[in-house]
Amino acid sequence: MDNRFVRKIVTLVVLSLVVGACQQAATPTSSGGKIGGTVSVLATWGGSEQESFLAMVKPFEDQTGVKIQYEGTRDLNAVLTTRVQGGNPPDVAGLPGPGQMAQFASSGKLIDLGNVLDMTAMKDQYPDAFLKLAQVNGKQVGIFIKAALKGPIWYSPKQFTAKSYTVPKTWDDLTALSNKIASSGTTPWCVGLEAAAASGWPGTDWIEDIVLRQSGPDAYDQWYQGKLKWTSTEIKKAWQTWGTIVADPKMVFGGKSTILTTNFGDSGTPMFSNPPKCYMHHQASFITDFFTKAVPGLKPGEDFAFFMTPDIDTKYAGAVTGSGDLFGMFKDTPQARALMKYLTTPEAQAIWVGRGGALSPNKKVTTYPDAISKQSADAMTAAKIFRFDASDLMPDAMNAAFWKAILDYVNDPSKLDSILANLDKVQADSYK
Amino acid sequence: MIDRIPQIAAAIVLPLAGLLGYIFVAEWLVGRTPARMRPRLRPWLWVGPALAFVGFFLVAPTIETIWLSFKNATSEAFVGVDNYVAIASDAGVVIAIRNNVLWIVLFTGAVLLAGLLIAILADRVPYESPAKSFIFLPQAMSFVAAGVIWKFMYAYQPPGIEQTGTLNAIVTTFGGEPHPWLIEPGNNVALIAVAVWAWAGFATVILSAALKGIPIELLEASRVDGANELTVFRRITFPLLLPTITVVATTLIIFALKAFDVVYVMTGGNFDTDVIALRMYKELFNVRNFGRASATAVVLLIGIIPVLLFNLRRFRSQEAIR
Repeated sequence: MDNRFVRKIVTLVVLSLVVGACQQAATPTSSGGKIGGTVSVLATWGGSEQESFLAMVKPFEDQTGVKIQYEGTRDLNAVLTTRVQGGNPPDVAGLPGPGQMAQFASSGKLIDLGNVLDMTAMKDQYPDAFLKLAQVNGKQVGIFIKAALKGPIWYSPKQFTAKSYTVPKTWDDLTALSNKIASSGTTPWCVGLEAAAASGWPGTDWIEDIVLRQSGPDAYDQWYQGKLKWTSTEIKKAWQTWGTIVADPKMVFGGKSTILTTNFGDSGTPMFSNPPKCYMHHQASFITDFFTKAVPGLKPGEDFAFFMTPDIDTKYAGAVTGSGDLFGMFKDTPQARALMKYLTTPEAQAIWVGRGGALSPNKKVTTYPDAISKQSADAMTAAKIFRFDASDLMPDAMNAAFWKAILDYVNDPSKLDSILANLDKVQADSYK
Repeated sequence: MIDRIPQIAAAIVLPLAGLLGYIFVAEWLVGRTPARMRPRLRPWLWVGPALAFVGFFLVAPTIETIWLSFKNATSEAFVGVDNYVAIASDAGVVIAIRNNVLWIVLFTGAVLLAGLLIAILADRVPYESPAKSFIFLPQAMSFVAAGVIWKFMYAYQPPGIEQTGTLNAIVTTFGGEPHPWLIEPGNNVALIAVAVWAWAGFATVILSAALKGIPIELLEASRVDGANELTVFRRITFPLLLPTITVVATTLIIFALKAFDVVYVMTGGNFDTDVIALRMYKELFNVRNFGRASATAVVLLIGIIPVLLFNLRRFRSQEAIR
């Protein structure tokens, strides 16, 4: 072996080690108001949602000199689990839901935010329900930085006026309206369930809305807690009620093939084509952002507005479901602490709210950009019965099976019994 | 990225330096032993790093996986064969196994056929190497990218709307109805077609090389004896290519058993397209059930063992010929 070659390699190795060490020494030290350094953030947002998040943290970056390294993935659960298991978690991450949060918390991966955030201020600014949902064994391990109202049904006031359709007050009104539109030769609904690794989830929102309004909050709670079977009359009835819409090709634009292949973000767009391909679209409040991105120039209030999924059983009038984006801290660094504190402030949350597509869990945020967002926020606070998205509260295995069941049901509604029986099997297996 | 360069450099250089150091030290140590010991000692020292590497990165994790497959979701308690029972009674697993069989048969068959055909046809044209390079190009692409591209190709819009997917655009241009390729029965074939597209080049290149190795005298002699082209292929070319075809086939079968990326990207295993590797991924990362994920991995391993054994036996028989 050539000795000079070996010597060259040794020199290279030593050099790279020295350079590496210098890099290590250059970690940030705080000077004045600027902390400097970086925070890695992992969350599920892409596209315009990602832009809104980056806009939200921009003032923080300017103010503190901390750089945000954002990484977005639709397969958050898998990516986050791998990173946490591999000992390389992001500093701060969006948590897929309260179920997963509890698992991370019980294995000691999440840092208690009790001494990171000013809890007295938090109790003052946040509704109790939102704080409680992010607690595990009395510890505040997560915090909602954004909220969404589930169950709005979007329509175009312009088109409704043109056809003299009226906004339905009850579920029966809604059914009558759907039938009326269908008999006029246009499909009343637009539905899209594709969402890469999370395909099927928009359907879970439908089922949840129906269960809560049809069988009430007690059945709803027992259901997500695994105490009420999927084959029970309450749950089966909800699927069948949904089936009157999705299983009828006259009811949904494009029928099942379109429902199954269309991305949830694009699925409402045919509502705005001329003539409209559909008149109603059930989706959480964030969807307005997708509307205006897909069809620039749409005016909230004129081109799109919403009514809440109507009450089904009057006993449970005013029931509303909602969800939110949970954030947790995996590494206790000064930069991560500062970011978490910043994200809970009304100033920060007002930025995203102002850009559209988000509601704020912080009661101090009142600056909604338009009447629609204000209406969403009001619908959430005015709810007589408020429940968090049930599928997010289920164990991972149950949630994943729920998503898949939605697709299987739309693909072949005649298999409902075997689909529900299979969900029962997963339920028996995954709640332990 | 820039700040990672020293680490990357170290990751490349350090193992190399370590290996070189090992060789020097090992040789030095061997040199100090009695001369008659050396022939016995030296092979072990040389093969040592490879053995340690395989042991640490392959054998140990395999044993660990088998061990974990008998434990519960969090690997805290033993549950016996519960995980295997759960897998066996899962209707989804049956579909996944069926699909893997479909992959083995269709994927391997189609790639071999395409590879053989292209290799033989390309052998007879002057523009052989550009043609082969063209066919080989997709092989250089990651499967995730291939899946994303083909997802666009298969995209579906309802009849009456402008089709955004290449395939449906063609179908509707000729007056057909758009077809939801990834959802309707037959979607497995649509997925396998993507993998065939990506792998045909691999088979072509290797089979083409083997084709070039067939002595031209043999072919000419048979032609002089009056054999037509088909007979030449059947009696001379094909038998001589057979060892190479077997090697390519086993590689393809192992790939078909491990099929994952294309399915994950394009359908997520929905609509009866699930495969075993994707189930393992879901059990591990989406559901965090380590026991069941490990058991699924073991099932996959058991499926691959016969192929490995076949490969080993063939290796040995070839060694014997030499």
